[in-house]
Amino acid sequence: MPTIGTQQIKLLERLCNAVAVSGDEGEVRRIVLDEIKGHAGEIRVDALGNVLAIKQGSGRKRLRVMLSAHMDEVGFMLVTDEGEGLFRFESIGGIDVRQLPGKAVLIGKEHVPGVIGARPIHLTSAEERKQKVSLEAMRIDTGPGNSKVKPGDRATFATRFQRNGPSLMAKALDDRLGVVTLIELVKHAPPEIDLLAAFTVQEEIGTRGAKVAAYAFHPDLGIAVDATPAYDLPMWDGAENSSYNTRVGLGPAIYVADNLTLSDPRLVRWLTETGDALKIPYQFRQPGGGGTDAGAIHRAQAGVPSVSVSVPHRYSHTAISIARLEDWKNSVALLQSALARLTPELLAGERA
Amino acid sequence: MTDPLAFLKDLISAPGLSGYEDPASKIIEEKWRPLVHEISRGKLGSLHGLRHGTGPAPRPSVMVATHMDAIGLMVTGITEGFLRVTQVGGIDPRVLPGTPVMVHPTGAGGNSPIPGTVAQPSAALLPEDERDGPVGLNRLLVDTGLLPRQVAERVRVGDLVSFAQPPVELTGETLSGHSLDNRASVAALTICLEQLQSKIHTWDVWAVATSQEEVGLLGAIGSTFEIHPTIAIVVDVTWAKGPGTSDWKAFPLGKGPTIAMGANMHPVLYTRIKELADQLEIPYTLEYSPSYSGTDAGATQVAAEGIPTLVLGIPLRYMHTPVELVAIKDIQRAGRLLAEFIAGLGPDFMEKIVWD
Repeated sequence: MPTIGTQQIKLLERLCNAVAVSGDEGEVRRIVLDEIKGHAGEIRVDALGNVLAIKQGSGRKRLRVMLSAHMDEVGFMLVTDEGEGLFRFESIGGIDVRQLPGKAVLIGKEHVPGVIGARPIHLTSAEERKQKVSLEAMRIDTGPGNSKVKPGDRATFATRFQRNGPSLMAKALDDRLGVVTLIELVKHAPPEIDLLAAFTVQEEIGTRGAKVAAYAFHPDLGIAVDATPAYDLPMWDGAENSSYNTRVGLGPAIYVADNLTLSDPRLVRWLTETGDALKIPYQFRQPGGGGTDAGAIHRAQAGVPSVSVSVPHRYSHTAISIARLEDWKNSVALLQSALARLTPELLAGERA
Repeated sequence: MTDPLAFLKDLISAPGLSGYEDPASKIIEEKWRPLVHEISRGKLGSLHGLRHGTGPAPRPSVMVATHMDAIGLMVTGITEGFLRVTQVGGIDPRVLPGTPVMVHPTGAGGNSPIPGTVAQPSAALLPEDERDGPVGLNRLLVDTGLLPRQVAERVRVGDLVSFAQPPVELTGETLSGHSLDNRASVAALTICLEQLQSKIHTWDVWAVATSQEEVGLLGAIGSTFEIHPTIAIVVDVTWAKGPGTSDWKAFPLGKGPTIAMGANMHPVLYTRIKELADQLEIPYTLEYSPSYSGTDAGATQVAAEGIPTLVLGIPLRYMHTPVELVAIKDIQRAGRLLAEFIAGLGPDFMEKIVWD
């Protein structure tokens, strides 16, 4: 059985601290390739940079199950060198500009440090402070003098991974949690299935990696293994929070519907029955917006029954997100147990 | 000084919020102890170091004031394990969402610091007219990742929350981090004390790391009265030119300290130090501070019967954010200029402090 212990948490730390912005996933890709080496029959890197690994099972009738976890994270690209170490930059992926002033970043393969400053409070008017600082007004400052970075380089938040009590705190838990989960599943794939693992690129800017990976794999079913926001903070006025999406601490989030996918009801049932039977806690993600690699997978070829399972986490796409270790452990347990119970009869059954 | 960068990185990694300066004060005291003859504490938390001069007693004295307190946050309430906070010192709430912080708990559950982040609640959790713009400090929360039960055991209302952005070394011998306002000036004063080791100075020198500057110059008010120096030199950070900050109030980074002139500063002291900098070829920029310098000078100038005061500035980008940015060279130059000025104070210096 795959487990989440010290070694896996260390791997998560390395992956969260890596810089792998959509379109430039190399640093995470190298770690993934190194980790799964020798654990799958076939491992390749495709035209877009996805890592595709196939681990064949040994049962007689095996479903071909695609699992995807995206390697990329949101971040920035330097776009204009204004001299003296100052750079204009553009966001990559969904980032709230309000999360940027006052943050440290790491740029490029060398992890060159920089900061995004803000006008001193003393020099701003009360009126100005009512406005968001626009992306156009911000600069990445690498310090005066000869810069080791250039336009075209990607950057992301510089936050380092840390543990605190029951929680994991890091940038890019979305979706490095999924990447470690999938690495563990490759290493410990149940023999009942053929595991088609896709460590995908460019999820944050339109699930592009998953689209071509699903075409190449042509699987019987697909599961996106991701991290989803938990908006489970208190309401400003003390009223009940009814739009939490998910809550940390309540287990893996099973998707029924998001903006891209109506999950295959047979797959949802299979996951919940597994959780119920084995007493693994799970929660339903509130049906609504957002989307995962499942949105691309289930549109591939003639259509692929798909579902998503995510670790809930707070403050996604910011410098520090927070997830609970238990939720992650339960996500791995739910997926592993469900895969071990999977038979072709599932897809032969009624959808609803 | 062997390595101002290492000392400064160490110093800005300590919390030491206004009124609670001890963590910073201890580091400074350790550094100053071999450099001064006496160490004492002001009644409001300032650290006083005295170097005896070589002149005959009673000697005139110069006080160099650099505030050591840092801005930060304070817990005002706990809701479902999330901390509500207010500010200590002036903070633009727009720099807070996603900022790493350290909570300093005083509850029964132990006082080891707790890391956290400043959470900006998602739109649906905010009043309708507060969803799109900057989220006010009254809506932001600190999340430690601990369970509500664990938070309740450890954190109390009134506990401090400091910035936790680690120091970042950037190119051009610059350093970025929180609390460089005004620990950068403490480092400059420390360099001055080190250089005075090998110089003769006839005046007594009071090195003072003042407390509570960010909340109303409190430490400087008390310490200046208690020490009652002949003259005072205040070293504080000033605004450096940079993104969004280019007008006359901002000064070039890495081109030396500023020498401030204006109502807070005694014109003769200002002229003397300017002439000295020219003579020593220490680069500097003139800072015009028409009525109010916004530094401890506001307190030193009007202490007791009035103390002739001088202000040096160290240009700093992104002041009062977690990523303030300073040039080490400016700190070194300020330190040297201070030491040379102090060494040049003769027994008859005060006779020249006359109004035209």
